[in-house]
Amino acid sequence: MSAIPLSHILILASILFIIGFVGVIVRKNTLYMLMSLEVMLNAVGVAFIGAGSAWQQADGQVMFILILTLAAAEVAVGLALLIQMQRKFKSLDIDLLSKLRG
Amino acid sequence: MSIAYMHTILTLLPFYPLVSFLLLISFAKRLSWQLAASLSVGAMALSALSSFALVWQLSADLPVITTHLWQWFTLSSSEQINISFYLDGLAAVMICVVTGVGLLIHIFAAAYMKEDENFTRFMAYMNLFIVAMLMLVLADNLVLLYLGWEGVGLCSFLLIGFWYHEKANVLAARKAFIVTRVGDTAMAIGLFMIFKEIGQLTITDINESARVLWIAGDNQPYWIALLLLGGAVGKSAQLPLQIWLPDAMAGPTPVSALIHAATMVTAGVYLIARMHGIFLLAPEVMTYVAWLGALTLLLAGVAALAQSDIKRVLAYSTMSQIGYMMLSLGAGAFSAGVFHLMTHAFFKALLFLTAGAIILALHHQQDLFKMGGLLKRLPFEAVLFSIGLVCLIALPGSSGFFSKEAIIAQLFSSPTAGPLLWVCAIVGALLTSIYSCRLFFLAFMGSARFESPLQPSSSKLVKISLIVLAILSLVGGAFGTALEHGLSSVFVAAPMVEMVNDPTWLHAVAIATPFVGIVFSWFYFSKYREVSHSPLVENTSAVNQFAKQGLGFDRLYDWLLVKPYCTLAKVNRSDIFDQLMMLNAWYVTLWHEVLASSQNGKLRWYVAAIGLAALLLTLLLMLNVGEVSMEIS
Amino acid sequence: MSMTIVMCALLIAGILAWFAEKLRRHSARNIALMSVLVTSAYFAFAVFTSHSAVNYGQLQELVRVDWIESLHIEYALAVDYLSLVLVSLTLFLAVICILVSWHEIKEKAGFYYFNLLASIAGIIGVFTAVDMFLFFFFWEVMLLPMTALIAIWGHENKHFAAIKFFIFTQVSSLLMLVAIIAMAMLHAKQTGQLSFYYLDWQVLDLPVSLTQYLMLGFFIAFAVKLPSVPFHSWLPDAHTQAPTAGSVLLAGVLLKTGAYGLIRFVLQLFPDASANFAPFAATLGVLSILYGAKMAFAQQDFKRLVAYSSISHMGFVMLALFSFNAIAYQGAVLTLVAHGLSSAALFSLAGMIYSRIHSRNLADMGGFWQSAPRMGGFALAFAAAAFGLPGLANFVAEFLSLVGAFHVYPMLTILAALGLIGSAIYGMVLFQNSFQGSLRTPDNRQFKDLSIREFLVCSALISLLIVIGFYPSLVLVFFQTADLAQVKDVLEGATL
Repeated sequence: MSAIPLSHILILASILFIIGFVGVIVRKNTLYMLMSLEVMLNAVGVAFIGAGSAWQQADGQVMFILILTLAAAEVAVGLALLIQMQRKFKSLDIDLLSKLRG
Repeated sequence: MSIAYMHTILTLLPFYPLVSFLLLISFAKRLSWQLAASLSVGAMALSALSSFALVWQLSADLPVITTHLWQWFTLSSSEQINISFYLDGLAAVMICVVTGVGLLIHIFAAAYMKEDENFTRFMAYMNLFIVAMLMLVLADNLVLLYLGWEGVGLCSFLLIGFWYHEKANVLAARKAFIVTRVGDTAMAIGLFMIFKEIGQLTITDINESARVLWIAGDNQPYWIALLLLGGAVGKSAQLPLQIWLPDAMAGPTPVSALIHAATMVTAGVYLIARMHGIFLLAPEVMTYVAWLGALTLLLAGVAALAQSDIKRVLAYSTMSQIGYMMLSLGAGAFSAGVFHLMTHAFFKALLFLTAGAIILALHHQQDLFKMGGLLKRLPFEAVLFSIGLVCLIALPGSSGFFSKEAIIAQLFSSPTAGPLLWVCAIVGALLTSIYSCRLFFLAFMGSARFESPLQPSSSKLVKISLIVLAILSLVGGAFGTALEHGLSSVFVAAPMVEMVNDPTWLHAVAIATPFVGIVFSWFYFSKYREVSHSPLVENTSAVNQFAKQGLGFDRLYDWLLVKPYCTLAKVNRSDIFDQLMMLNAWYVTLWHEVLASSQNGKLRWYVAAIGLAALLLTLLLMLNVGEVSMEIS
Repeated sequence: MSMTIVMCALLIAGILAWFAEKLRRHSARNIALMSVLVTSAYFAFAVFTSHSAVNYGQLQELVRVDWIESLHIEYALAVDYLSLVLVSLTLFLAVICILVSWHEIKEKAGFYYFNLLASIAGIIGVFTAVDMFLFFFFWEVMLLPMTALIAIWGHENKHFAAIKFFIFTQVSSLLMLVAIIAMAMLHAKQTGQLSFYYLDWQVLDLPVSLTQYLMLGFFIAFAVKLPSVPFHSWLPDAHTQAPTAGSVLLAGVLLKTGAYGLIRFVLQLFPDASANFAPFAATLGVLSILYGAKMAFAQQDFKRLVAYSSISHMGFVMLALFSFNAIAYQGAVLTLVAHGLSSAALFSLAGMIYSRIHSRNLADMGGFWQSAPRMGGFALAFAAAAFGLPGLANFVAEFLSLVGAFHVYPMLTILAALGLIGSAIYGMVLFQNSFQGSLRTPDNRQFKDLSIREFLVCSALISLLIVIGFYPSLVLVFFQTADLAQVKDVLEGATL
């Protein structure tokens, strides 16, 4: 089984990351934004795993597990906020939440 | 009388009116007319009696009485400024005039102002004025003199604006104060200079030190004398600061008599006579004094010819008579100047007070063209007024005659005056007699031009004061020799004017001049004196208007000084320095707005910005890495 | 004598007043008044008892203990006649301040009196501190409550004025802080030990090329406080917007801290550098005199007019101080006292008028004399004091300043004397527009004359002005022997 070259994995990770990033920017709905955020996190995870296997070290996988945990925690908080937002504003439009403008 | 006794009298002299002032101002309207009047007049009477007692005691053996009250402040280890009084011949003449004429005017005012609701306030100011004037006259140093000088200015301001509801009075008071303040500032600078050059401010010391330190024509006495002259012209309403006096007639008539005729306006004359030691060392300034006096004399004479307000005629007449005094001082005839000051105080007070009585009888009518024919209707006032005018014109035998003759006689051969100024004085005398005749004709002859019935005052107080003043005006010339004698010890340094070379026709001309004027007016102003039924109209030609407005000085100063100052103030109302400082604030605000606009609160914008920045940084990093690696290779 | 007790008493009374107001209405003002009276009495007693034994002609150390040992910062207080005179003025005006706020302050009165007393304590600290770090500390202590006074109890534009005041003084005092630290470092360099102690600094021997910059740092801080043109523009806003007592305190004593700083620090620490700088500073003084007088004339707002007149008066102080002349120095010190009283009087008057017609605009005033003759009389006297009528304290002060300055700068002094005309003009405008003329609105017919409390304030101020006007030795006697030696040394240094 020939190894997949690192560059392919990194290109995949980049594409995933860009898809996620564009999703965060263009979607107004906070739920989709959170989902795009997950995509971005996973893109980073892919990059870590790829790098770990390329250098034959476990650090990449350790980092991926850390990212997974982090993503889980983040999703928990994010969804909780989302529910509060839905209750308070009756909407999930992120642009409504611009109280911090200068 | 023992000397200690006299010290006490001198010390207390200014305090009677001061106490009266304090009582009047504290109790104000709670005092009845009787109480207020007797308080203020009583204080004046005490002062007047004390002055006469003091003057009686002055003699060749005792030419000077001084008294020290307390030390005011210290300028240097050698020079202390004291509150001390110094009474010599010159001061003696002044205190007699101030308290004597002041007393008579107070008596008159008590009756004249009886109906005014602010009677006590009025009498209080009058008393305060006397206090300040006495300080001015009795001061032994120039700083105390300055205190009196400013004090009389303040009282003058208060009394001109006594009826402060009228905008015009308020403005007249302001004008008087500020114009004289210009002169006062010159005088203050003169004081600084005297202290710098001599190190002293006590009057007798200055006069003595100046004689020792300098010779005639030196630079320092020139400037000092010039600055002091600045103060004198401001207070005495001489060119170029004469513009305030006619407007000052807005005040009640007793004020015009006391302050703007008899006493305060002659303070400038007093100052120059007082500081004669300095002036004698500056012959050029003496000549300026003479010329300013002469020019004012002519200017005021011309202006008086065109006035329609009886008080304004008298005001211009005052200016021109003070011009005579200045002329006399400039010629070095100090005694003659002071003599004229005294006689002028008598007859001008008489003229003003009588004018006041007439104005009151006519229900506050001051316009000459609305008077006429008063000779038969108000005979008492008419007689008194003509006595005053006779003195003013200087007909032989009257007090004005003696004093004016004394001045004119010394002009011709004086080193600092001369024939040209003599001619000015004669022309001035001619003008005086012409405007006096015009005034007399307009007011007392011709047809009656007023509608409402007359209301002559029946008050005894008015009559007494007027009669006493009339007597003083008539016999005032008799004080001449006594005055000459008393002043001789003061003006020791003044060189005697040699009159031996004068042509003999000088006297004849001087005596004849007033008569020429009277004859001229008799024919020229015939329409004023004849009874006719056609209405009398004022001459409204441009020349007449120009003269009526005081020869355009008001407009000139308005255009030259007042307008630019006001414009400057208006343009810069928001303070250019503040604007400059606020530029900083504006700059900060600008950046605040630029940066704040990027903080739009939209989360997705922030995300985009972060992404963009990361991208940029990465690119930058890559470029840099490239450069670094190139450098290494 | 302990100035610490005076300051602590004022601070504690301030805190007490703050809490007491919550328990009982109007208790704050009583506590404040009592505390100031008691401390004044203590102060007067302490000065009189120590007066014969101690020579206040020189700085007399009162207390000196370590505060921040690692930096050799000490808590050190010392007084001489200059401090004593200014502290007396401060305490006197403190009473006036409390009396004029008696009915004016209705909201948050407790906190108000706390700020007032804290500011006064800070000012007293400024006048007595001789450790420069401590001085700077007090300098800030007096500033913050003052800003609060303006920002909370001010008029319509109070926030703007408070911020402007705060920024001006902060920026300028930062320059001073830099100079202070630099001086301490220089001391360390010369003697091997850091020191913020004033008397230590006096013996330092520094080249003029160096001290001129340090001098400038101090000078700018004090010139802003004084204030001198062109750093004056905070003052009209602050004065106009501050509550009456704030204006009284600002004009009466806060400005004097600037003059005090000039005398104590600029002139005495850097005599040579100041002598080199003197012609420039004197010119600034004259500029302030003329510009202030001209601006005062242009104002429509009563308080703004008085504020600009303060700038004009403080110009005399600047001119007199930088003349390095013994007579002018006396004049400058007397101007501090005289102007403290006369401007306080005019601001109190503005407060009294404001409480009646709720306007500071001169166009709304006029004809008040009719129904308020007593107030009119006082207004006239105070205006007369402002334009330097002889017989009132300001005249002697200005006269001495100008006589002294004339010896050194004749031309500048002649220009400065033109300020006498300018002051007459704005004085007339002030008095005549408000009290003479006719009534502007029929409501003003009910314009009330002075109440007993107001009468007390006015008569206390006017009697002091008259007493000092006729017997200035009351103040000057201390300065004929005291700091003159110092000034003389400086003068001699300047002529070399």
